[in-house]
Amino acid sequence: MTVESTAARKPRRSSGTKRAAGAANAAAKPAAATAQTLDAVPQLVQLLTPEGDRVDNAENAEFAPFVADITTEDLRGLYRDMVMTRRFDGEATALQRQGELGLWASLLGQEAAQIGSGRALNDEDYVFPTYREHGVAWCRGVDPTNLLGMFRGVNHGGWDPNLNNFHLYTIVIGSQTLHATGYAMGVAKDGADSAVIAYFGDGASSQGDVAEAFTFSAVYNSPVVFFCQNNQWAISEPTERQMRVPLYQRAQGFGFPGVRVDGNDVLACLAVTRWALDRARRGEGPTLVEAFTYRMGAHTTSDDPTKYRRDEETAAWEAKDPILRLKAHLLATGGADEAFFTELEAESEAMGKRVREAVRAMPDPDTMAIFENVYADGHALVDEERAQFAAYLASFEEGH
Amino acid sequence: MAVEKMSIAKALNESLRKALEQDPKVLIMGEDVGKLGGVFRITDGLQKDFGEERVIDTPLAESGIVGTAIGLALRGYRPVVEIQFDGFVFPAYDQIVTQLAKMHARALGKVKMPVVVRIPYAGGIGAVEHHSESPEALFAHVPGLKVVSPSNASDAYWMLQQAILSDDPVIFFEPKRRYWDKGEVDFDAIPGELHKARVSREGSDVTLAAYGPMVKVCLEAAAAAAEEGKSVEVLDLRSMSPVDFDGIQASVEKTRRLVVVHEAPVFLGVGAEIAARITERCFYHLEAPVLRVGGFHAPYPPARLEDEYLPGLDRVLDAVDRSLAY
Repeated sequence: MTVESTAARKPRRSSGTKRAAGAANAAAKPAAATAQTLDAVPQLVQLLTPEGDRVDNAENAEFAPFVADITTEDLRGLYRDMVMTRRFDGEATALQRQGELGLWASLLGQEAAQIGSGRALNDEDYVFPTYREHGVAWCRGVDPTNLLGMFRGVNHGGWDPNLNNFHLYTIVIGSQTLHATGYAMGVAKDGADSAVIAYFGDGASSQGDVAEAFTFSAVYNSPVVFFCQNNQWAISEPTERQMRVPLYQRAQGFGFPGVRVDGNDVLACLAVTRWALDRARRGEGPTLVEAFTYRMGAHTTSDDPTKYRRDEETAAWEAKDPILRLKAHLLATGGADEAFFTELEAESEAMGKRVREAVRAMPDPDTMAIFENVYADGHALVDEERAQFAAYLASFEEGH
Repeated sequence: MAVEKMSIAKALNESLRKALEQDPKVLIMGEDVGKLGGVFRITDGLQKDFGEERVIDTPLAESGIVGTAIGLALRGYRPVVEIQFDGFVFPAYDQIVTQLAKMHARALGKVKMPVVVRIPYAGGIGAVEHHSESPEALFAHVPGLKVVSPSNASDAYWMLQQAILSDDPVIFFEPKRRYWDKGEVDFDAIPGELHKARVSREGSDVTLAAYGPMVKVCLEAAAAAAEEGKSVEVLDLRSMSPVDFDGIQASVEKTRRLVVVHEAPVFLGVGAEIAARITERCFYHLEAPVLRVGGFHAPYPPARLEDEYLPGLDRVLDAVDRSLAY
């Protein structure tokens, strides 16, 4: 692969290098990234300190222009997104404790990574989540109650992925990174000016499918952003059990850029994801974003983090809370007053109540749903077993 | 050229060509399918005529091939992927079973998965290990997948067309030792249903049910049995999911005896399912238990032993005799 100059990676937002339709996106087009340019990738992109102060430094200089248009109102919007998402997540955790949900995978602590990246997307972009992307779903306009069906046990997904360009939650770790890559290959074939984003975690990065997704997206120069939320723990396994080099550096070996961003900084996540999506839309191929963050709760409601991690560690991350950080910034800059926070509190409580009531009212599926949608074109065995089971059920009714 | 005599390999090639011509959303993907035309040349010349965007050489990564095909299907494409050999499908097994097979159900029917996975399968070509296996039962066992295998050139042409047109994922097993067998293909014919069994030879004393590479062996066995005055019916099942139990039942009600033949290991194979179902359906018609002829519960042997391992004429005829002896 030829080594291109570092200029190849500079953002060119208005340079008009929009992807040409169809054949211009030749399958074997080499990726623009090179080892040389990747050496310059900063360690951690941050725009807001944990104390809420704006940062301007060499590390974020390339990305800061991507949020230059963000107004105070936009910041309040991002804050609202994070508060609403945390409230929803807390309600779901409570519902699990009350026996209304069989399981819940909490995103507590990861609101900035999800809202920052989620708000970077255009409507026509397509999202492939894992099973914890409640904040991204919020950004896509997916009804939060839709996310709870699978955790309540009434379906395995249940929403129409094409309604909000938000694919079903995927339980098998890392599988969806290949689906995202294939979808992005299709986007490129269509000559579309949109991008695809695949979410996964630090544990999933150990899976072969993720490596294969990197390979395919690199050789086909596909418009996909791999957004890894490194929340430090894969159930009880720490990142040391997943990797020996920083995750974002892995992209270098596949021939595309990797960036590590402060995952608790919503502004930095927005900037870096916009930058990566922009590259994708301009036909410059995939990017790996490692959002360095922390899962404050358990992996799911089934595990007990006190068995595998120290309180001091959790406490240290509490000081980096993504919501408190933006609140401090809004207060210090006069971007929001107490009335805003009070109103938002009331709004989030109302949403929590609505979710609670909706879940409790959620009906169990009809028994015969077992046989629905197994095949699009039908299948003789399914038809036979459906008829047999229906007759069996009917025999009880006749008996009474 | 309404009717033409050609090999199974050529019929598959013509079928793919027609699919590419008819629908711009059809894509061919796999290792070496482009310039080389596939290791068995099934995709020969297709990249030359349809370009690298339609006939796509992929990295050597089977999970990646199937996983990206799923994504392309979600985008509205109809990928036909080639797994180079049967034993190489297992790195992709996870994507096929946990994702491809279930996507339609998980989305409550809102998305379709029109993906065809072509797999040259079974033995008889003197290959090294992982190149001669018959894993069809592993796929037929999975709800959401359809599994078929042609035994002749006409079926190769038409069944592949039908598989590509299907909105369900189809695992398309190609009997690689029959690739060079020739037969007539009627390009203007109205093909039979994809999942319907066909009577390949009429008979009245015993039914031999087979699919893919074993149909030819069963036809030869029926011809040999005829010389001994036995009338053997040969049923080409064509589909392993769904299985045409009605078709088998009709034959068994006529002959009252059934022998199922396949190359795959007998234990928990397609033949086991057929034996159980037909016993349920035809208990009072059967004059003998349903017998099975197939592979052993052992890894597919090295090439010098495959003639012993593969069910041949004698083993099939022995089973016919045992059935008739009841």
